Amino acid sequence: MSPGPFRPSAVLAFAVLSALLLATAVCSMGLGAVRIAPGDILRSLLAPETLPPESRVSIDMVLWQLRIPRVLMGLLVGATLAVAGALMQGMFRNPLADPGLIGVSGGAALGAVTIIVFSTTLFAGQPWLADLRLLPLAAFAGALAITLLIQGLARTDGYTDVATLLLAGVAVNAIVGAVIGLSVFLASDAQMRTLSFWTLGSLGGASWKTFGLMAPLCLALLLAAPFFSAALNAIALGEAEAGHLGFSVERVKGILIYLTAAGVGACVAFTGMIGFIGLVTPHLIRLWLGPDHCRLLPASALLGATLLIASDTLARNIAAPAELPIGVITAAFGGPFFLVMLLSQRRRTYPE
Amino acid sequence: MIKTCLCVGALALACQFETFAEPRIVSAGGAITETIFALGAGKTLVAVDSAGALQPEAKGLPVIGYSRDLSAEGVLSMNPSLILLNHDAGPPAVVDQLKESGIPLRQFSSVDSAESAIRRIRDIGEAVDRQREAEALVAGIERSLAKIEKRVRSEDARPRVLFIYTRGGGTMNVSGRKTAADAMIALAGGANAVSGYDGYKPLTSEGVVNAAPDVILIPSRGLEQSGGIDELLRQPGLALTPAGRARKVIAMDDVLLLSFGPRFAEAALQLNEQLFPPAKR
Repeated sequence: MSPGPFRPSAVLAFAVLSALLLATAVCSMGLGAVRIAPGDILRSLLAPETLPPESRVSIDMVLWQLRIPRVLMGLLVGATLAVAGALMQGMFRNPLADPGLIGVSGGAALGAVTIIVFSTTLFAGQPWLADLRLLPLAAFAGALAITLLIQGLARTDGYTDVATLLLAGVAVNAIVGAVIGLSVFLASDAQMRTLSFWTLGSLGGASWKTFGLMAPLCLALLLAAPFFSAALNAIALGEAEAGHLGFSVERVKGILIYLTAAGVGACVAFTGMIGFIGLVTPHLIRLWLGPDHCRLLPASALLGATLLIASDTLARNIAAPAELPIGVITAAFGGPFFLVMLLSQRRRTYPE
Repeated sequence: MIKTCLCVGALALACQFETFAEPRIVSAGGAITETIFALGAGKTLVAVDSAGALQPEAKGLPVIGYSRDLSAEGVLSMNPSLILLNHDAGPPAVVDQLKESGIPLRQFSSVDSAESAIRRIRDIGEAVDRQREAEALVAGIERSLAKIEKRVRSEDARPRVLFIYTRGGGTMNVSGRKTAADAMIALAGGANAVSGYDGYKPLTSEGVVNAAPDVILIPSRGLEQSGGIDELLRQPGLALTPAGRARKVIAMDDVLLLSFGPRFAEAALQLNEQLFPPAKR
């Protein structure tokens, strides 16, 4: 590996990103519909036995059962979405690529809509199954199945053609969209509202249990990703060139697709669809630190986690005691911010 | 100052089980909230969901959002002593979180008939400790239902009713079977003109002609926003139906008509009176 990633400026950048993430996470733990004094949070973290017993119940419940799992889940989901976005953009050599392209989001939506619209009919005899409890499982299964289908379609004689993968993705996503549209036609008003909230995402279901369920899949993606930096840097030159440089491009593509399907599938299963983070975070990092994947991947993870935790903090607090869907925040603040970065970059590159 | 109050409130979560304190109820469900007000227990409400917020009496109460998309911390921040939830409150993970908080919580099953609506009123009365008021309310409901039954018994025909659900904005959906509208039409002595499907489907001109309704039932807000009866009857197909030719359109408040809340019998009686106008007899 080149000494590039640890040039002084990169060290500084990583220090800034880490500090930003830590500060955002701490703020997020302190802010919410239930006011908890900062002092009480510190005491609960460091010396819980010194808390007065009457506040212990609320702090235990709200801080430890609701907020901390939620912040940790935001960290994991934000990092996973951003890294997956960077991996897909690198693999497709396309700045518009995101996990949705290989069918992860469409497949998850297909699983989710099936459960939302048909679970009362499918599990008429088992009311405990009929109340959306199978939604995460169905969404995850849908994400994996559709991704594998698209990859299978683009594969001939052990070679996955990226252009075919991209176009097969577009086609299969259109078919999935048709099935979702049909389900919407059959859905009741209430089911449609549930579905539209799901497509805007929320970390509201965060608990230690859901965190534990998704963590292994997200961590697999996050920990494995850096090992593909060199290969992705080579693929940026072209797949044939990467092959000549000694990378087994087919294996890299296969592993990256499986990792992304599993990691992002797990995120979408528990949080619904959260847009923007996966697409734009890598671009923000590239504008700042350049396209080298050795830096891009870990920096995207840090920034993605920060952005998602910050968005979730806003979503929880703006409309308290109600909650805004997080997708509204990520798009409303992320879109314009990204545009400004993009335009100022262009002005620097092409001065008038 | 407000911050301090909220802070004290949050800390007082621990005191939730002490009975001397005023009950603090968070209600997620339009009909549940309306029933609590009807039972004279409105003062115990500290927050309502977006459907409950439509009640005029609920003005000024904090709103915890849409009942299918609740936030656990938002609900808990109201420092409730009792949480009452609609059958469809969710998402399930949030309902689980609320159950784990240890605060007394009651989720009511879905209501789609007079019997289940009466049962829910009694259950709510028990939950908010207004049993006597609940019995009085139920007695009134039973009187209205008896009136309807008497009138329906004296009639041979069951008018065919087409319920069009619209709040303006172009889309018009027609109720099939297994909807609150279907149940209310039956309760009022009418027959749903559409029986080929469950739930709501977009209006189609030929479907409407086939259904051949004697009466069109529509939410009053929907009728206003569609531009009145004349505009409504310009919808393809509607003018060709018996209801369209006779211009028989009944407009009713949709919350009153569809919520199976404390005034559902009143709504059914109103509909019944309009379905069987005295002039006809």
